[in-house]
Amino acid sequence: MTTSTSLDKRLILVDKAITTYGNRKDALLEILHIAHNVYGYLDKKILLHISEKLNIPPSQVYGVATFYNYFKLKKPGSHAITFCLGTACYVKGAEEILSALEKEFNIRRGETSADGKISVFATRCVGACAMAPNVIVDDEMIGKATKEQVLEKVRKLLEGERSET
Amino acid sequence: MSERIVKLIIDGKEVFAKPTDTILKAATDNGIYIPTLCYLEGLTPHGGCRLCVVEVKGNPKLMTSCTTPVSNNMEITTNSPKLVKYRKQIIELLLSERIHTCSVCVANGNCELQELASKFGVDHTSVSRNWERFELDMSHERFVLDHNRCILCTRCIRVCDEIEGVHTLDIKKRGKDSMIIVDLDEPWAASYSCTECGKCSAVCPVGAIYIKGKHLSETKKKELPEFIVRRRSR
Repeated sequence: MTTSTSLDKRLILVDKAITTYGNRKDALLEILHIAHNVYGYLDKKILLHISEKLNIPPSQVYGVATFYNYFKLKKPGSHAITFCLGTACYVKGAEEILSALEKEFNIRRGETSADGKISVFATRCVGACAMAPNVIVDDEMIGKATKEQVLEKVRKLLEGERSET
Repeated sequence: MSERIVKLIIDGKEVFAKPTDTILKAATDNGIYIPTLCYLEGLTPHGGCRLCVVEVKGNPKLMTSCTTPVSNNMEITTNSPKLVKYRKQIIELLLSERIHTCSVCVANGNCELQELASKFGVDHTSVSRNWERFELDMSHERFVLDHNRCILCTRCIRVCDEIEGVHTLDIKKRGKDSMIIVDLDEPWAASYSCTECGKCSAVCPVGAIYIKGKHLSETKKKELPEFIVRRRSR
């Protein structure tokens, strides 16, 4: 099986990085980092390409990429909503807000909505337990978040997106 | 390498071994039994199941005998109430992690986990079981991959990598989400690197990988699989 050899500029950047590391197998994590930075995610096509270039079995590359939470395997939505489910936030009701959001926008944690607008992530402690529960919408952090507040914020985000287009 | 001989004491018995030997090898060579599960002679030791832990005098930690090399004047205990307690606990945890219902499992009667459980008298688990269900991969015309029975011993991965040399199988994710994958987490039938050698099904200690339409007593043998014996003699 061969990967498509379309002249993707991003792929050239990845290939360049691979050459810089001299196709060394132990540079896998570095290459994955670079590819992730360039693409924003790592899909199977990219992983297969890296596996062929570095001569590492695809299953091993996939195993490494899924081991680290940092790497995203699917193209994330245009808006990221991150919930802290660390102990403090959990006790303060982050789970409830998350479930409400999942219900209203028909989306599951760790996944992206069908229209590719929003992604919902659950994470552990973000280091602001005093402000629990914490929700991060795009780059804005909402401390002491309430269900209404978060849902309203996301609704506005989606509306804003609709009026832009 | 120096051919120096190392002297150590296992369960009060004086034992001689090569300095490159592991504790497990020194013990089994001298007829001392240590329970193992992920270990398979001929493959790189994984040290993952922790069943082969032993007590080494002067070391507060328990050591996995399959990965710890022997050293001179080591004093090892392979069987103590503490070790039995830990081993029982490990078996209980293995049984509760996925769905291990022996009565409806293909490996019933040919299962190393079942054997160990009955040997240690584990007839129930003290922790509540995790009944998460995974879908079976029955896409391949010969093999079935049942994640519900998998104990993640990585024997199949090691045999695929080290003996068949294709590394079709690996583990994805980590912790309780770990799962055996075929290539890029694809259905087995879509795999392009699998050579269909069937070694993975021969070394699986439980009923996680098996050959369709064959009884496990035919495909699973108590003695070492032939291909591993051949590799050892090389």
